[in-house]
Amino acid sequence: MIYLYSLLIILMLASAIAAIFMENLLSSIIAAGLVSLIAAALYFFLKAPDVAMTEAAIGAGLTTAIFVVTLMKTEWGDDK
Amino acid sequence: MKARNIISLILIIFLAYFLFQALNLVPGFGMANIEERTATHYINKDVNSKKEEIKFNESKNPESGSANMVTSVVVNYRSFDTLGEVTVLFIAATGIGAILFRKRKKEKTMMDEDGSLILVTGVKILFPLLLLLGTYIFVHGHLTPGGGFQGGAVIATAFLLMFLAKKNYKLDNSKFKLIEGIAGITFVGLGLIGLATKGYFLMNFLNNGVIGSSFSSGIIPIIYIAIGFKVGAELAGIISNLVEA
Amino acid sequence: MKEFLTNWAFFGGSILLILIGLYGVLTRKNLIKIIIGLSLMDTGVNTLLVSLGYVNGGKAPILTSIVSSSTEKFVDPVPQALVLTAIVIGVAVLALALSIVMKVYEKNQTLDISKIRGLKW
Repeated sequence: MIYLYSLLIILMLASAIAAIFMENLLSSIIAAGLVSLIAAALYFFLKAPDVAMTEAAIGAGLTTAIFVVTLMKTEWGDDK
Repeated sequence: MKARNIISLILIIFLAYFLFQALNLVPGFGMANIEERTATHYINKDVNSKKEEIKFNESKNPESGSANMVTSVVVNYRSFDTLGEVTVLFIAATGIGAILFRKRKKEKTMMDEDGSLILVTGVKILFPLLLLLGTYIFVHGHLTPGGGFQGGAVIATAFLLMFLAKKNYKLDNSKFKLIEGIAGITFVGLGLIGLATKGYFLMNFLNNGVIGSSFSSGIIPIIYIAIGFKVGAELAGIISNLVEA
Repeated sequence: MKEFLTNWAFFGGSILLILIGLYGVLTRKNLIKIIIGLSLMDTGVNTLLVSLGYVNGGKAPILTSIVSSSTEKFVDPVPQALVLTAIVIGVAVLALALSIVMKVYEKNQTLDISKIRGLKW
């Protein structure tokens, strides 16, 4: 089972690095949403159902939506 | 690479060394000894009384009557921290409403047309079902995983779906602020009633009942219903302010 | 290998997530990317707190009809209560920061911090 957890953690770190280094802003917002989703799955494996429900509803749902609404009100530009 | 990137990398490696050294103070992963921490008093519900075994559907009037231990920690043993968190959310929502204030509303809306046919039809079916799911989650906070914050987030997601589907959907902000205000007054009012009758702020003044039944654990369901309404109204108001600015 | 992964997988992963977020805050030029780094730091801290309370062989801290007595082995419920509060406060602070970003864009018409007077690196 620990191999499955390590694979998920490596996936989480890879998508966090992608969120920082990608130039298109919409792609990096979606990568941040993927980090939240994998964190919610990890909370379930750590036997914490309340925290998993909160992180899935707030982190992967509302945070991504708030970022995209801000992106629509300012420019769609790229980093650098 | 630029000089700024290299200096930041050196700083982060320096910080990583100290953070990994600090992990030597905790016992290893999974080897935590619950008997030495205060959590053992919260699990056995014997902070102020004698230790006895708590059984589901059998113990009558224990110290804190909810079957979900995280709920009893958040709302009963450490309810003052929850009051602080509700205050922080209220300040953030009021701040957003004050920063994004406009005297003349803009005429240009966010989208040019409605969503596709599948989205509009699906949202018409899903919106009352999502409200029902959110209400179920925060009403049963003392029996199943869930509670006020999770239920409020699900209700705010329902309003976000309506914003995505219709072109110029507007919320009536004054009604939501009224609901939020009444919920906040309920929370503080319950604390003051506890101060008046039993001598401590936010003390449980109702009977605790049997663990595991629906009408149990004193004022915990009432507080969670107030928090559920408050968080749902606040997050929906935040999204409405951001979309209309 | 399995010993090393069992001891260091969760702790090391959370600390690396905090540090990746910190690198993003320090070196990026776009304002929205700085705030994405802040959100990654939040997630890392919360994962570190919850993984400090895990007990091998423990069960989720809820009394049901199957796990019905309080003498069984449970996972620590106190860090879960603290992290519940922290996640909701994190999203409120993020929304406030993004509304300030919107106002900065209205005044300067750009989101690049090397061109905004007063935020010059």
